[in-house]
Amino acid sequence: MVGLPARGKTYISKKLTRYLNWIGVPTKMFNVGQYRREAVKTYKNFEFFKPDNEEAMKIRKACAAAALKDVAAYFTRDHGQVAVFDATNTTRERRAIINSFAKENGYKVFFVESICDDPDIIAENIKQVKFGSPDYVDRDIDEAMDDFIQRIECYKASYMTIDDEKDRKLSYIKIFDVGSRYLVNRVQDHIQSRIVYYLMNIHVTPRSIYLSRHGESELNLLGRIGGDTGLSPRGQKYASALGTFLKGQKIKDLKVWTSHMKRTIQTAEALGVQYEQWKALNEIDAGVCEELTYEEIQENFPEEFALRDQDKYRYRYPKGESYEDLVHRLEPVIMELERQENVLVICHQAVMRCLLAYFLNKPADELPYLRCPLHTVLKLTPIAYGCKVESFFLNIEAVNTHRERPVNVNISRNPEEALQTVPQHI
Amino acid sequence: MKHRSPSDQHHGKRPRVPIPTAAASFSPQDGMEDKPPTNPRELTQNPLKKIWMPCKNGLPEKHISQRKVCMTNCPTLIVTVGLPARGKTYISKKLTRYLNWIGVPTREFNVGQYRREFVKIYKSFEFFRPDNEEGLKIRRQCASAALNDVRQYLTEDGGQVAVFDATNTTRERRHTIIQFAEQNGFKVFFVESVCEDPDVIQENIVQVKLGSPDYTNCNTEEAVEDFMKRIKCYENSYETLDEVLDRDLSYIKIMDVGQRYLVNRVLDHIQSRIVYYLMNIHITPRSIYLCRHGESELNVKGRIGGDSGLTARGKEFAKKLNQFIQAQNISDLKVWTSQMKRTIQTAEALNVPYEQWKVLNEIDAGVCEEMMYEEIQDHYPLEFALRDQDKYRYRYPKGESYEDLVQRLEPVIMELERQENVLVICHQAVMRCLLAYFLDKTAEELPYLKCPLHTVLKLTPVAYGCKVESICLNVDAVNTHREKPENVEVSRMSEEALLTVPAHQ
Repeated sequence: MVGLPARGKTYISKKLTRYLNWIGVPTKMFNVGQYRREAVKTYKNFEFFKPDNEEAMKIRKACAAAALKDVAAYFTRDHGQVAVFDATNTTRERRAIINSFAKENGYKVFFVESICDDPDIIAENIKQVKFGSPDYVDRDIDEAMDDFIQRIECYKASYMTIDDEKDRKLSYIKIFDVGSRYLVNRVQDHIQSRIVYYLMNIHVTPRSIYLSRHGESELNLLGRIGGDTGLSPRGQKYASALGTFLKGQKIKDLKVWTSHMKRTIQTAEALGVQYEQWKALNEIDAGVCEELTYEEIQENFPEEFALRDQDKYRYRYPKGESYEDLVHRLEPVIMELERQENVLVICHQAVMRCLLAYFLNKPADELPYLRCPLHTVLKLTPIAYGCKVESFFLNIEAVNTHRERPVNVNISRNPEEALQTVPQHI
Repeated sequence: MKHRSPSDQHHGKRPRVPIPTAAASFSPQDGMEDKPPTNPRELTQNPLKKIWMPCKNGLPEKHISQRKVCMTNCPTLIVTVGLPARGKTYISKKLTRYLNWIGVPTREFNVGQYRREFVKIYKSFEFFRPDNEEGLKIRRQCASAALNDVRQYLTEDGGQVAVFDATNTTRERRHTIIQFAEQNGFKVFFVESVCEDPDVIQENIVQVKLGSPDYTNCNTEEAVEDFMKRIKCYENSYETLDEVLDRDLSYIKIMDVGQRYLVNRVLDHIQSRIVYYLMNIHITPRSIYLCRHGESELNVKGRIGGDSGLTARGKEFAKKLNQFIQAQNISDLKVWTSQMKRTIQTAEALNVPYEQWKVLNEIDAGVCEEMMYEEIQDHYPLEFALRDQDKYRYRYPKGESYEDLVQRLEPVIMELERQENVLVICHQAVMRCLLAYFLDKTAEELPYLKCPLHTVLKLTPVAYGCKVESICLNVDAVNTHREKPENVEVSRMSEEALLTVPAHQ
């Protein structure tokens, strides 16, 4: 990363890291500020960052070096694929060090510079993420604001933006004014191209994303997975309740998305508004197990059932899909969600788990066990570096469709052990 | 993505479908709070695409939700900017081809073409001199005529994107276009190509200008000389898109054939996709090899889909493929397969690393998987007929359509654009989709493209298109190509339906 303080570098770093991990590219973020906080236990004031503060300079250089060392360890020992080096990196000298480090180790380097001079954006930035920082935990707001502004000044004198001429051999993207303009130079490969595409689609406009499953379906009641049935009477009630709930939320310009399956469309129909159907939002394809109960799967495919419990994320149903496949299929949905503002996505259990995992940064082994009960709306609102989640159960009873991982996942287990965690059904 | 219209989407006239805003306001001002909850509409499943739609009295109601993703709320006018020989037409044609393939009706309007129709014979560069009043008048008229056709296409003919391909090198000309767009409710997106590398420009001229109708009667040197002078005519008045003066415009500036890009104010989804596409294409010479897996066990039985292995002949093909590839002496060849046994077995014979893509899997025939056409006719005569009526849009029950396939294959196309030499070992329907992209085939033609077993297609980009070489590796295989039968009515007899089924065991 490159840029003055409060230009969104850490925001971008965290978001990018989350996205890359979600699509299956092992990525880790290295925030030099964190290393500094560990080295210098208490932050006094901006004087630490003064360019003539030799003592501090030494510490800061050491922190950057330590972080780079950890980057190398992440690549070689931990099989990481992408490391995000989050620091100001505002001088050519510092960037040259990083380039040499990368060259020695055979890493590709891609710079992401954020440039912004809009005082409102910077002030908002400081409010959202700096006041809560460990550096300012005991200050009052005005003090903190003053100190931080002075901190930024310390960097300004020596700030050398990536130069279009001198740095024309480097690979980079320059983001101006929170995405109003981009300059992209020498994209080297696929992952850099995906990173650029992602960065060009995200925005910081406040908005909320509502995730919900379809109303309870006929097959849900019977404890059967997959299929393409309609809503049960309780499911219909939920659909109406959803409409009422949304009106109460007073959402501006809400987009509504469904899958191509009857149950999500029926749910959307009750809202009385325009909606768009996405095939990519269809429930996970259970292949040969479509429309079976868990009991039937255990009876007919006990080995498959056990394998699924052993690695629910990567397990692919015969002639069907895995959660891993689902994530791949949902990537364009995530990309479009990033572009949009207020959206309601009416989808399915496995699909909702994948989307939720993206927003809440859940790893692959937790993803397939995230709780997404019927008749509950999750409202996600981005704040600071993460996402606020509010859960609204709309008070219409429904079956539980959440099957926990059983204790015994061995192929040799008894049917009872396999079926221990199957939720109730007709 | 919007599907291409049933008529030839490049030329047909269609009544304009009003596109309401796809957003809902849930505020009390709507007065919705006071209405009692309306009964949910009945849903019916469209028999062709298997899409659930609201219906009244058993008949489907027209509903915007048939579209998968609303790409644009209003039509988009893409405007190229740049001196001659900067690749504007190359970009225009490629972009048009891509957008049409993913289902966005797009057409390009090349002002030079209009000029050639007006001024029957091109004499020399003098026509383009900035002080040639007569020439200027004609050129302005041509631009207007082209814009008129753009208006027609976007407002009456169902077009979604129009690419206005001309130099548009002055701010004044661009201002005229912006006003035109504003009057008609079109969004404008500029694509400027800037390049000063004399080698690139020279190569450009050699590839596409020498063959132009303007220079049919000149020898190479004459043509190059004249064209260079033509470029000079534009240079003095060239006003590039300015970071400050044009900061409110939406545009991408492509510098030095894609080394650097400046992107300003991307407004919506389609512009974002266009930018992503333009940033991934390149002009480095390379070839793309497309072929199917070797003949499979199910192939010889006349069964579709499934996941069987190769027959002896199929294995023979794999060996021959290996020899062929070696003989081609390709530098840095990437090999891609699907995740189905038959493509992987084929790749194994090449003894090189290969990458498996799930999205390259054959079209999912749902309930018809592993059936013979005779069995499909027997069990699902209605489905079989619907498929013959509209093979592109027809979705197998619990399966996919060609239209779904195209959407699924888009990342493959994007990565193929990024790559250089690639061999894709895939399947019949998949290969048809990929081929249609490279050869600019319509949705109607796509499902009937001939992609026989044991034949490699070598595609090499040349000028504005793609050279195709078909290499049959001389190993016998069943024919799996079923032509559209004459009678596609639901009421037809079995014999009529099965007339075009190729022979099998």
